[in-house]
Amino acid sequence: MKRSKSLTWLLWLIPLVFLLFFFYQPLLAIFRQVFSERFNQGWQFFSWDQISRPLIFTLWQAFLSTLLTLLIGLPAAYLFARFEFKGRKALHTLSLLPFILPTVVVATAFNTLIGPRGWLNLILMYLFNLSNPPLNLLNSLPAILLAHVFYNTSIVIRMVGNSLTRLNPHYDEAARVLNAKPWQAFREVSLPLLMPTILGASLLVFLFDFTSFGVVLMLGGPQYATLEVEIYTQAMSRFNLPMAGLLSVIQLMVTLLITLAQNRVKKPRFGKAALSSEQKTRQRALNARQKTFVILMCLLLVVLFISPILSLVSRSLVTFEAARGQRGEFETGFTTRYYSELFSNRSGSIFYANPLAAIRNSLVYSVMTMLIATSLGFLTAYALSKSSRLTRWLEPLFMLPLGASAVILGLGFLLTFNQPPWTSGPFPILIPIAHSLIALPFVVRTNLPAIQGIPNSLREAARVMGAKPWKVIREIDLPILLRAVIVSLTFSFTISLGEFGASSFLANARTPTIPVTIFRYISQPGALNYGQALAMSTLLLLTSAAGSLLIEKIRLPGEELF
Amino acid sequence: MLRVEDIYKDYDGKPLLKGITFEVREGELVCLLGSSGSGKSTMLRIIAGLEEPKSGRVFWNGEDYTHKPTHERGFGLMFQDYALFPHRSVAENIAFGLRMAGRSKLEINSLVENALVSIRMQDFPKRPVTELSGGEQQRVALARALAPDPHLLMLDEPLGALDHNLRTELLKELRKRLHDSQKPVIYVTHDQEEAFSLADRLLLLHAGLLVQEGAPEAVFNQPTNAWVASFLGLGNLVPAKLVAINLLQTDLGQFKLRASPDLEIGSDCMLLLRPEGALFDVGAISSSDYLHAVVRDSVFMGDYFRLDVLVGKTLLHVHTPQSFTIGKTIPLAWSESNLQCLPL
Repeated sequence: MKRSKSLTWLLWLIPLVFLLFFFYQPLLAIFRQVFSERFNQGWQFFSWDQISRPLIFTLWQAFLSTLLTLLIGLPAAYLFARFEFKGRKALHTLSLLPFILPTVVVATAFNTLIGPRGWLNLILMYLFNLSNPPLNLLNSLPAILLAHVFYNTSIVIRMVGNSLTRLNPHYDEAARVLNAKPWQAFREVSLPLLMPTILGASLLVFLFDFTSFGVVLMLGGPQYATLEVEIYTQAMSRFNLPMAGLLSVIQLMVTLLITLAQNRVKKPRFGKAALSSEQKTRQRALNARQKTFVILMCLLLVVLFISPILSLVSRSLVTFEAARGQRGEFETGFTTRYYSELFSNRSGSIFYANPLAAIRNSLVYSVMTMLIATSLGFLTAYALSKSSRLTRWLEPLFMLPLGASAVILGLGFLLTFNQPPWTSGPFPILIPIAHSLIALPFVVRTNLPAIQGIPNSLREAARVMGAKPWKVIREIDLPILLRAVIVSLTFSFTISLGEFGASSFLANARTPTIPVTIFRYISQPGALNYGQALAMSTLLLLTSAAGSLLIEKIRLPGEELF
Repeated sequence: MLRVEDIYKDYDGKPLLKGITFEVREGELVCLLGSSGSGKSTMLRIIAGLEEPKSGRVFWNGEDYTHKPTHERGFGLMFQDYALFPHRSVAENIAFGLRMAGRSKLEINSLVENALVSIRMQDFPKRPVTELSGGEQQRVALARALAPDPHLLMLDEPLGALDHNLRTELLKELRKRLHDSQKPVIYVTHDQEEAFSLADRLLLLHAGLLVQEGAPEAVFNQPTNAWVASFLGLGNLVPAKLVAINLLQTDLGQFKLRASPDLEIGSDCMLLLRPEGALFDVGAISSSDYLHAVVRDSVFMGDYFRLDVLVGKTLLHVHTPQSFTIGKTIPLAWSESNLQCLPL
C-alpha cells in the first residue's frame, strides 16, 4: 500500500517538474519582463494605441470568423446528423481534415487559390490576357476569415453534429403533435436543448480564431495584425520584448476569460437524458426542398474543403512563369521540378533555407516530441485517473497549457532559455520540448478516458491471482491502453511536424523546420521559391492527412480531442 | 371519424405495412396489437402526420388528411419514452400544446391547473420533469397529450417503460381516464392483457397486414389463424393435417371437430387445445378417445393448477382444479367445443 502510494507520487512528480520548469517558468519570465520594465520606466514603453488596435482587431476578426463558421457549420451539422446520402461518410471524413492541417499548409493552400500567383488570378490573366494579377485578395480581412471558416467548420460539425445525432427526435415530433409549427418546434424545443453545445462550440471556435497565428501572419499581411502576430512582430522584428510581453499578458487574460465562459456553458442544465438517444435520426431526403438543401450543402462543403487542398496540390505541379523578355507571355506546363529541387542540396546565402535540412530537422523533432509528449502525457493521465483531493487541485495545472498559445510559449522560451547551455548545446532540444508542451493536453485527454475506462475489478482480479503491481500494469492496463497510446504517438508526431508558432521563435537559420522553411520560401519572390513552398506544403499535407486517417481508424469511440 | 385506407409503407427498403385499412368510431377505444417491429408505431406516426405512407390515405371526418402537416391535424400522440421536454417544468410541459394553439394566458393557467389536479400533481407544478419517477412521467405525458383537447388520442405503448406492479396500477387509472375522456383512442401495445382489458375493439397486426379485427371476446373465442392464437397465448398448438371432412390427424392421434369450410382436405393446419377446456373425468367420454398423459409438472396458480403433461413426445399444458402427482399417467380429453382447427 505504502509503496504504491509513493509510486503514484513519482508519477506526478515527473510531469509536474517538467511543466514547472518548461511551462510555468517561461510564463513567469514574461510577467517579470513586463512588470520589471514598468518598474524601471513606468508605463512609458508603449502607447495605448499599440494595444487597443491589435486587441480590437483580434476580437473583431474572431467574432466575424465565428459567426461565419456557425453560418456554414450549423447547417452542415444538420446535414450530417439528419440526412443519409451517397458519399456522406467520405464527405464527413473530408470535413474533419482541415482541423488537423498545419497552419502554414492552410495559408499556402489559400495563397494558391486567391494569391497573386494563385489559380484565380492565373485564370483571369489567361482569360483576359493580362500581364498582372487583377485581384488582390491576399493581405485582406476576407482572406483571414475564409481560412478561419475553412479551419473551424469541422469543430461545429463534430460537436453540434454529435449532439444533434443524440438528440431524441421525439422531442421535436412531440412538439409538432402539440400544435407547434415546424419552426416553433425548433425554436421552443430543439434549439434550447442544443444551445449548450452550440455555445460551447462557438466559444471554442472563437478561442481558436482569437489565438490564430500562422494563418493571419501569412494571409493578413502587415496591416491586419492580431495580438499573436503583433507579439511576434514586436519580439522578432522590433526586439521590443516588454511590449511583446505585455501583449502576451493581455492575450492570456482574454484566453482565460473565454475558458472560464466555456466551463460555465459546458455544465448540463437538464440531465444527460436529452442527448442520449439511440434512435436512428438519419434518412434520405424526401421532398424537393430537402433534396435541394442536401445538394447545395454538399456542393458548398466540397468547394470549401476541397478547393484549397486541390489548388495547393495542383499548383505545386504546374509551372507558370513569365517568359523572358516577352510581356504577357507565359511558359506553362506540368513539372515535378519543385519537388526534385527540395532534395538537391545547394548552399547559398545565410538566408537560404535548406529544404533537406528542414525535413531532416522536422522529422527528428517530431520523433522526440512523440516520445516526450506521449510518455509525459501518459504519466499525467495515469496520475489524474487516481482521483484524490490532490488530483483535483493539480488537474487545472496540467490542463492550462492548452490555453496558452504557441507564440506565447515561444516568447517565454526566448526570454528564459536564450542562454547557454540551451543555445550552445549540440542539439536544439528546445523545439521538441515546446512541441511536447503543445501536444501534452491532447495526449492527456486521449489517455485519461481510456485509463478511467478500465474497471478496477480487472486489476484486482489480476492481483488476487498473484500478479505483482508492475505485472498488473503489463498484463491488464497496457494492452487496453495500446490504442490510446498509438493515437497519442500519431497525434503528437503530427502536431510537431506542422507546428509553426513556437518554432517561428525558436528555429534559427541553423535549425529550420518544415513550416518555418515554407514561410520563408513563400515570403520571397521567385517562382522556384514559391514552387518549393508549395511542394513542401503538399508533402506536409499528405503526412498530416495520413496521420489523421490513422487516428480516425484506431481512435476509441467516445474519445473527443476537444 | 378516422379512416385509414390501404396504407403501404416501406422501412429500409423492406415492406413494413402492406395495405392496412381500418376505422375508429366516435368515443371508441381501439387497440392496435402486434409484436415488436410489426409496424404498429409506424401506423400511429402516419396517422399523426410524422411520416408519409408510400401509398394509401388517411381520412378524418371524410376529409383527406394524408398530406396535412402534423400541427394542423389536432391529434394527440403520447410517445413510448414520453418525450417530456427536459428543459421545461411539469406545468410548462402540460401548457405547451395550449400555448402553441394560441390560447390565452388565463385559459392556459386554469386548464393546466385542472390537469395538474387530475394527476394529483397540483403541489409541484414547477418541478423539473427530469426528477419525476417513471409513473409520474407517464401521468404528465398523458396530461400533456390531453390538455389541448385533441380530436383523437394515440398512445404508443404507454406502459411499456414501467415495471410490472406499476403497470397494473396505472392500467386501471389509464382505463378510467381514457373512458372518461370519451375521445376516440388508438392504443398501441404488444401486451395482450393490456389490450383485452382496455379495448372496445382489437386490431391485430402481423407481417404488415391486419390479420384480425373485432371485440376482445370475439377475438378470444374465434382466432382467425394460428398466429393470433399463439400471439394471444390461447393454448396448445399442435401441427395437424385435415385428412377427411371434420377429421384431423396429429401426432396425438385423430380428432373429430368442425373445421372451417375454407380448408381443403389434405392441407396443413394447427389444432388449438385450450388448457382450460381439458377434461379429466374419463366417464364422460368413451375410453378410445382419451389420451394417456404423463404429468411432468404441477404448479399452483391460485384458483387452478397448471399441469405440464407429456403425450407421446408432445408437451401440453392444461388447467385443472386439483393437483396430480408428478410422474403419474392420467387420462386426458377435450370436448369438441374446446378444439379449434386454425389455418397457418
